[in-house]
Amino acid sequence: MIVTLSKDSIRIAREQDTIFLRNRVKEWATKIGMGLVNQTKLITAASELVRNMLKYAGGGTVDIEIVSKGRENGVKLVFRDKGPGIKDINLAMRDGYTTGKSLGLGLPGTRRLVSEFDIQSVVDEGTTISIIKWKNG
Amino acid sequence: MDRIPILKMGDFLLVTIQVDLYDQLAETLESDLAQMVKKYSSKGVLIDISAVSIIDSFMGRILGNISNMSKIMDAETVVVGMQPAVAITLVELGLPLKGIHCALNVERGMELLRSKVILDTPEDDEDDSNPE
Repeated sequence: MIVTLSKDSIRIAREQDTIFLRNRVKEWATKIGMGLVNQTKLITAASELVRNMLKYAGGGTVDIEIVSKGRENGVKLVFRDKGPGIKDINLAMRDGYTTGKSLGLGLPGTRRLVSEFDIQSVVDEGTTISIIKWKNG
Repeated sequence: MDRIPILKMGDFLLVTIQVDLYDQLAETLESDLAQMVKKYSSKGVLIDISAVSIIDSFMGRILGNISNMSKIMDAETVVVGMQPAVAITLVELGLPLKGIHCALNVERGMELLRSKVILDTPEDDEDDSNPE
């Protein structure tokens, strides 16, 4: 069972908010003693997801939580937007697929960087992506 | 607006990224560099990313763009000083920065640039061929 130990929420409306978010994620990851490599992976994942949020939905909110499962601690991030949603999630998770002009690495790449990845999307209502990086995962 | 400074050092341009990059800043750097390469007819661009703690797919793509763009304008690009954690993350993300020349630090980067660029110094060349 995953228990939430503390929680914070950040609104994302413009590109500069990305830096603020990255710093907060780093702060919280440092707090639970996450190593530099895992921190970097988590922050890079957050950076990718925030970009998607800004690009496709014009912003949204990010919840940061410190979670614990048994003896393992981790940082959980939940990205919520009220954008157009994703029609075909399986397609969007494929390497190299993009509707924009990017490389199509965002979603599949992010999944490789984190320990747990969950995506829910309803067309015309929005997308919620939650990721967890365990301290040693 | 924020800008990353570009220094001119002889035939080369030197960029040291000391701040956290966001997309707009990276895009501005890309276009600034293109202008500077043209303006100073630079032969090489050295980008020091030793202070950059995060490179995601967008910034990786910008680095690739800069490298390709300067190539077309007859300048070589070398990226130096990547932190180990950033390198691990980039490879796992699926972005191995193909086609970008890298070096461990500024010194080696400069060496690499010099070896790639034939500088326009005809007098020196003649001196070398006639040691007397």
